Amino acid sequence: MSDHWQVAEDLILRPTDVGINQIQDALGQMMARQVDYADLYFEYSRREGFSLEEGRIQGGSYGIDSGVGVRAVSGDKTGFAYSDEIVPAALLDSAKAARAVALSGSGGTVPMLSRDQAPQPLYTADDPLDSLSDEAKVRMLEAVDAEARAQDSRVQEVMASLAGEYKAVLVAGSDGRLVTDIRPLVRLNVQVIVAEGDNRQQGMSGGGARTGYTWFDEATVRAYARDAVRQGLVNLEAVEAPAGAMDVVLAPGWPGILLHEAIGHGLEGDFNRKGTSAFAGRIGEQVASQQCTVVDDGTLSDRRGSLTVDDEGEPTGHTVLIENGVLKNYMQDATNARLMGMTPTGNGRRESYAHRPMPRMTNTYMENGDYDPNEIIASVDYGLYPTHFAGGQVDITSGKFVFSASEAYLIEKGRITRPVKGATLIGNGPDVLTRVAMVGNDKALDSGIGTCGKEGQSVPVGVGQPTMLINDLTVGGTQ
Amino acid sequence: MSGERDNESLAGQLLERAQAHGADQAETGVQAATGLTAAVRLGEVDTLEYHRDKGATVTAFVGGAKGSATTTDFSEAAIEATAEKACALARQTSSDPANGLAEPDKLATEIPDLDLDHPAEIEPDEAIERARACEAAARGVDERITNSEGGEFEWGRGSMVYANSHGFLGGYTGTRFGISAAVVASDDAGMQRDYWFSTARDMADLEDATDIGRRAGERTVRRLGAGRLSTARVPVLYEAPAAASLLGHLVSAVRGPNLYRGSSFLVNAAGEQVLNPGLTIREEPHRPKGLGSAPFDAEGVVTRERNLVDDGVLTGYCLDSYSARKLGMATTGHAGGVHNLYLEAGDKSPEALLQEMGTGLLVTELIGFGVNNVTGDYSRGAAGFWVESGEIAYPVEEITIAGNLKTMYRDIAAVGSDLEFRGNIASPSVLIGEMTVAGQ
Repeated sequence: MSDHWQVAEDLILRPTDVGINQIQDALGQMMARQVDYADLYFEYSRREGFSLEEGRIQGGSYGIDSGVGVRAVSGDKTGFAYSDEIVPAALLDSAKAARAVALSGSGGTVPMLSRDQAPQPLYTADDPLDSLSDEAKVRMLEAVDAEARAQDSRVQEVMASLAGEYKAVLVAGSDGRLVTDIRPLVRLNVQVIVAEGDNRQQGMSGGGARTGYTWFDEATVRAYARDAVRQGLVNLEAVEAPAGAMDVVLAPGWPGILLHEAIGHGLEGDFNRKGTSAFAGRIGEQVASQQCTVVDDGTLSDRRGSLTVDDEGEPTGHTVLIENGVLKNYMQDATNARLMGMTPTGNGRRESYAHRPMPRMTNTYMENGDYDPNEIIASVDYGLYPTHFAGGQVDITSGKFVFSASEAYLIEKGRITRPVKGATLIGNGPDVLTRVAMVGNDKALDSGIGTCGKEGQSVPVGVGQPTMLINDLTVGGTQ
Repeated sequence: MSGERDNESLAGQLLERAQAHGADQAETGVQAATGLTAAVRLGEVDTLEYHRDKGATVTAFVGGAKGSATTTDFSEAAIEATAEKACALARQTSSDPANGLAEPDKLATEIPDLDLDHPAEIEPDEAIERARACEAAARGVDERITNSEGGEFEWGRGSMVYANSHGFLGGYTGTRFGISAAVVASDDAGMQRDYWFSTARDMADLEDATDIGRRAGERTVRRLGAGRLSTARVPVLYEAPAAASLLGHLVSAVRGPNLYRGSSFLVNAAGEQVLNPGLTIREEPHRPKGLGSAPFDAEGVVTRERNLVDDGVLTGYCLDSYSARKLGMATTGHAGGVHNLYLEAGDKSPEALLQEMGTGLLVTELIGFGVNNVTGDYSRGAAGFWVESGEIAYPVEEITIAGNLKTMYRDIAAVGSDLEFRGNIASPSVLIGEMTVAGQ
């Protein structure tokens, strides 16, 4: 394994005229005003993508980007500027622009930048783009196509894409911190269209991790292809979804996106500092059924949502958000933690050097409960069993959330019966977990497909949960 | 911001290097933008963000196969590496007869001035003051407005240049100004948030900051005390901004890639009645000062006015040259999307539409992604107002509205007169005969 610091320095600073002295100067420029905290975030990334359609490798893409984001924080004011050229003049210009939010005076001196004791890396520092030959990447997509088409003659179209990213970051802070992280990320997506007569449906699957492409071994690739076809065929049989309030049993794994939307966003520090979250000021209160323990954990090896350090250079953590139903913690970046008198939790994240950091989730999941999943389904007289969701959204302030199921079934008299299509779930974040009646013992994390958007910034995340029964959730179908 | 002139010469270099590395055909887009966003919260500066972006993409076609590469580094070495990489990638991909540049006779031959560029470098202090005025007006609407996400003012100026090896070279520059406020109101039942905004190419056309703020405040307060509804089938009136999303779904269904893949509920629907007679969806790419205006598309193809839906009949699709070839058709100048598309206004005021609906649901906000482009199945989270006998009765939330887009489009019973261009896709209020509302 390569040395992380060396890799970051080679990728980010070596090709430029910027060294530690210039970084120290730029921080000093900002702290010459009444600035509480300043930082520089350097980033280098290269990414590639290959896509397949109609059995052909339709296109390949490649891009390199590097730059620096410069931030000055004064009280609750933030000044931010960035440059896609890492040159001394751009550092100083950006520093002067960023510090304009602060009054004249002094924010104190910047200690000599020094490499902190770096946490143990959670993933390899090797470049995933080099982990496989281009020929082998192409063969992987062709294998997806062949496997999917071999499953069923109703498969009309197979679309598959493979993407890899290699990102190096270096964070220098006015407290003297100098932290690096090398972040690989790979992803394989499969989408199929199946048809029977006029009935056309789609099925999707995929996965990813912070590893090389070797994550997608032959068995995994075939499994993705088969799963996409399976989902499409299920949807060919699906009937219209019911409408109205009913019991809902969420399958383990990816349906944890419900936690992410309904609970997670409302527990991000910025919304709570500003008092605009429905969870503001509620630490210590019972906000969920006693069976619910919810965690945000950025420290899981190789996971898509994991980070060795966050984008402010803070080590990520295992943060218990809700314990036995009681609200314990918010997810914090450094600024919101300081303003709220709390401890940073390693949740300061940003899409790139051109974006400001803010509190964001990493891998958010519910811990196991006591029930056998079969027992949970058997307990439901009439309800919905969603196993996969296409996406969700939340209104932080009112707490209202919505999810769209891409695969769901009816539960009738304790048994899973027919598949249904077009089901949407809607509810109220602050009370949905109070109506969790049973939590299963089969916790699973998603396959590495999550991307979360907030204020126009996208970051990779993970979600997970065991099987879970929620009473009286509104299902928005047509029947 | 590097000038359009500099970017034209950069585009020329990228093409030349791509051809030197073996591309039979090549195209490139170079973009650059600068801007400022000032955000104020509770009267104090929250953030001041300076934007400065640039980037170039080069696509190389080698023996009918395609590769592309992007860079934000405009040094000679980076240009060389980017062009070389695009060609190398093309050699890894499959030859496809549908690949290639747009046909030369489709390319724009003249580039009209669409009046998009109105530079005014608003200083940070002025930007802050405008954001502050907007937020203050919003907070002043009602004492139940207890909190704020803030007021925001932004400006940006961006240029784009497109060039290809057929000899096309063109570019344009445009500005954009925006003001918005988002505030939070609360009562015993809980908190509600809403916002309002104005955006324009020319600072002079931006709506007054205090008017925008007041509207944001009014929109927020009116949501207080929202209740739920029982599950039922009722008529649904989409407020104009929400109705624009219905057009967005239609555009998605007539986009080339969704058609040749068969992943659209409007496959082979050209010539069919998709809306009721009398309804027209029009596109005006050359609208002066239009937020979505463009003289040519992302392949240099001339953009043209047209009625995508004429008297309810779908006249064609939105195709780029690749999807056009897949479908055996001609490009319609829609590489990169549509430009200023709107549903033509009717003659009824929003109040008259409420009267016409009688009892039903007025939808003011939609959340979630519950649209299946393959089947047209539609089920989205909604908030709005319950309407009885043409009068707003009370706010509602935590409900879904569901149907199938194909049926919903044919079930448009009336269209309002309140068409406003607040973005690239615009619609007046739209009344749908009946949808399933799911609640408690």
